[in-house]
Amino acid sequence: MSQPARRDVLKSLALGGGLTLIVGPVAHALAPRPPGQPADPATRWALLVDTRACKVDCAACVDACNREMGLKQPTDPDFDPAHDAQYIRKVTLRDPDTGHTTAPPVMCQHCAKPPCVDVCPTGASMQRADHIVQVDKHLCIGCRYCMMACPYKARSFVHQDLTDQKPHNPRGKGCVESCNLCVHRIDRGEPPACVAACQRDGGGAMVFGDLADPNSDLNRRLAEAGGHRIRADLGLDTGVYYQGL
Amino acid sequence: MSAWPQRRRPALALAALLLALALALPVLATPAAAAELFPQVPAAAPGTECLAPPGEMRRTHMDRLTHRRTEAVRAGIRQPAESLTRCLSCHAVTDTHGQVVTAEDPRHFCRECHDFAAVTVDCFSCHASRPEDAPR
Amino acid sequence: MPHAVPYRPLNGHARGFWLVLGLLGLAIAGGLGAAHLMHHEGHIITGMTNQVVWGLPHVFAVFLIVAASGALNVASIGAVFERPLYKPLARLSALLAMALLIGGLSVLVLDLGRPDRLTVAMTHYNFKSIFAWNIFLYTGFLVLVGAYLWAMIDRAGARVYKPAAYGAFVWRLVLTTGTGAIFGFLVARQAYDAAILAPLFIAMSLVYGKAIFVLFLMAVCRASGRPLGGVVLRRLQRLMGIVLGAMLYFVAVHHLTNLYASEHHGIEAFLLRDGGPLTTLFWGGHVLLGGLVPLYLLLAPRLGGNRRALSAAAVLLILGGLTQVYGLIIGGQSAPLVLFPGFEVSSAFADGVVASYVPSPWEVLLGLAGVAIGLVVAVVGCAALPILPADLSDAAIDPDHVADTLDEQDGALAGTT
Ligand code: HEC
Ligand code: HEC
Ligand code: HEC
Repeated sequence: MSQPARRDVLKSLALGGGLTLIVGPVAHALAPRPPGQPADPATRWALLVDTRACKVDCAACVDACNREMGLKQPTDPDFDPAHDAQYIRKVTLRDPDTGHTTAPPVMCQHCAKPPCVDVCPTGASMQRADHIVQVDKHLCIGCRYCMMACPYKARSFVHQDLTDQKPHNPRGKGCVESCNLCVHRIDRGEPPACVAACQRDGGGAMVFGDLADPNSDLNRRLAEAGGHRIRADLGLDTGVYYQGL
Repeated sequence: MSAWPQRRRPALALAALLLALALALPVLATPAAAAELFPQVPAAAPGTECLAPPGEMRRTHMDRLTHRRTEAVRAGIRQPAESLTRCLSCHAVTDTHGQVVTAEDPRHFCRECHDFAAVTVDCFSCHASRPEDAPR
Repeated sequence: MPHAVPYRPLNGHARGFWLVLGLLGLAIAGGLGAAHLMHHEGHIITGMTNQVVWGLPHVFAVFLIVAASGALNVASIGAVFERPLYKPLARLSALLAMALLIGGLSVLVLDLGRPDRLTVAMTHYNFKSIFAWNIFLYTGFLVLVGAYLWAMIDRAGARVYKPAAYGAFVWRLVLTTGTGAIFGFLVARQAYDAAILAPLFIAMSLVYGKAIFVLFLMAVCRASGRPLGGVVLRRLQRLMGIVLGAMLYFVAVHHLTNLYASEHHGIEAFLLRDGGPLTTLFWGGHVLLGGLVPLYLLLAPRLGGNRRALSAAAVLLILGGLTQVYGLIIGGQSAPLVLFPGFEVSSAFADGVVASYVPSPWEVLLGLAGVAIGLVVAVVGCAALPILPADLSDAAIDPDHVADTLDEQDGALAGTT
């Protein structure tokens, strides 16, 4: 894992005097990957959520995710909050001292050191070379140890038979699933559905990009305004940053 | 002790087998019997070609699919031309109303042989068993 | 040298034997039916949700697996610590250990979302996973204890007796630690984030394992008309009392150290005060009925050698143990995970709220089937192999009355195991 830590990237940014030349990994812009080519280990796909631009009552990202992945919407009449899958959810946060309220979306945080991958007995929970954390559902035996291990409650278990799944998101009874940053879209050169929807219909709060690419928009914004990571104390080196929390 | 010398026995068995086969052949050749002995594989989209000659596909499709899925999911290597969804678009089977059947239907391409050979695959508990743009 | 104790298998032709097997068979059939339904319908029919992902089956499984290693303790005391009094009981101890482990593992496997993919679990290992390690620990345990049992029964095995006995002893400590580590590795769950879980699990295993051992021994001796003297029982009673005391001590330390660290105040307040039924189970089930009452029954001087007190204590310990594991597994999941310290949180995915869990009848059936599977293995083993001594009366197993002089050493012994 020769992944440059974010700190180092920031440091080299500072040393290089802002956005000038940096010797290091080449820039990895979002582009369709040609058939036959594996995911690139020099990439670290990541998200940035600017909660100041994220409206409390907007759920464009959740909506888009559920539609893309073929999940039920929380607004559906037959939605079962205890059992139905939620890859992404809006968590309403109220500061008891000031009363200030935000509602950032929370999804799989795509840890660089994912506990779900560590605990999975079969290796079904896995990290792709480009640092996307996902379930290889062909190996998942449904033990749910990953759900016990995830600090973010990012995972869901499929509790019953499903029909009419989306061809790009096969899912079925007895396996665990979660946000995979829309691998199928990334591999086609498109950003995750939630990000696309947030840019289009939402407040433009979500940014998708390559954390390993110092010139990415994501890194530029982080260098400008910093970022917070959920439960950073656990040292999991998550790939989802929040601003304005 | 047998009346026949030991080493003649294989030859004898072979002769008996051939005789039995010769007697059975006319029966086997009737279409009705053939239909019961071999599954009726639905034809693929006309004017297309499979990833390999049909005989080879019959033998190797499971290994191809397993290899493909490992590469696709774990390494991120996409090969749209060899994907499971692509198999299903060439091998879509329509029912009498022109609707593409799902794996629920015994006429589904992946079921004809499997039902016949008593093989069950769990793929379609997750994977869509017909193209997304199929009329439904 | 141990005395040559004659062994006599259970009578496989007795009506009672078949009656017991029939009842256990029914329980197993019920559990298998429930498991089948769970896989057909999906886990939707259980009480488990996306918040409480491990339910009653795991409570039974963990209880049985933990008890398995404790059940071996009697054999270990006999062989590793050279206590001849326990040697006649070593075979039963080893058999019960294997039986309980098999019962627990069956529940674990039957609760999987995809039990049909068991072959995947056996061909794909992630060596970083403590779960995968446990698969080896469990199979290794069965192999070692099996070898140990064989060495005790068959003269041909005498050569491997010592290595197998020591190996099994060490292995079972590692196994319990491994089971505890399944929870210890869950950094994010405040309830499990404690190093003391490892010794606590070992103490739990001794308590549950001994309770099941004593109860099984008393029941089977009574049913098959075998004399069972007071010497052995009195010593088991004291030993159980001591390990129970140790376990309660670890429980107390666990909660007190959590109260000391302010980041754990939330979870402790939840478990000890605000958890509703979980809090009731903790104080009423685990601490009082499963802890203090049996402690009294086991250690009160005037109850020494009282069989009623001993069997009542064993029953309470088993129920209390299930309660304890329930509190650990369900309680640890019900408490909300803290993602944003200092904020009031809410969401469509139960952030910030206590998750509720009500076990379904199917889970109860599956859990009980695990117990029944263990008991069938034990009962059939006792009928097929020379496991049970023909006579456990005081005169038969302690003709020289060494028991009294050994009593003092027991205290020290319990401290080391
Ligand atoms: C471009 C279209 C196309 C694609 C894609 C395709 N096939 Fe085929 N397949 C054919 C054709 C044409 C045949 C020849 C038999 C026929 O015409 O029905 C065939 C034959 C087969 C046969 C042998 C059937 C028999 O007659 O015994 C199997 C098995 C098979 N394909 C499996 C697959 C699988 C599995 C995939 C996906 C990995 C796949 N095919 C993808 C067109 C296709
Ligand atoms: C020409 C007949 C035929 C067709 C059509 C066919 N299969 Fe098969 N398939 C078989 C046979 C026969 C086996 C069993 C091979 C064996 O057991 O060695 C098999 C086995 C498999 C296996 C491995 C099952 C296991 O348990 O090992 C998979 C996976 C599979 N097929 C997938 C498919 C899919 C997907 C399709 C449809 C795209 C399909 N097959 C269409 C004949 C066919
Ligand atoms: C538990 C759900 C599940 C089951 C069952 C399942 N898959 Fe998959 N499969 C997936 C997921 C999820 C992906 C990843 C999709 C993606 O990233 O585009 C996938 C991807 C694939 C791919 C690569 C994508 C493509 O179409 O080329 C293949 C091939 C594949 N599966 C074959 C199979 C076969 C064959 C079976 C049955 C033996 C099967 N799968 C059973 C969930 C499942």
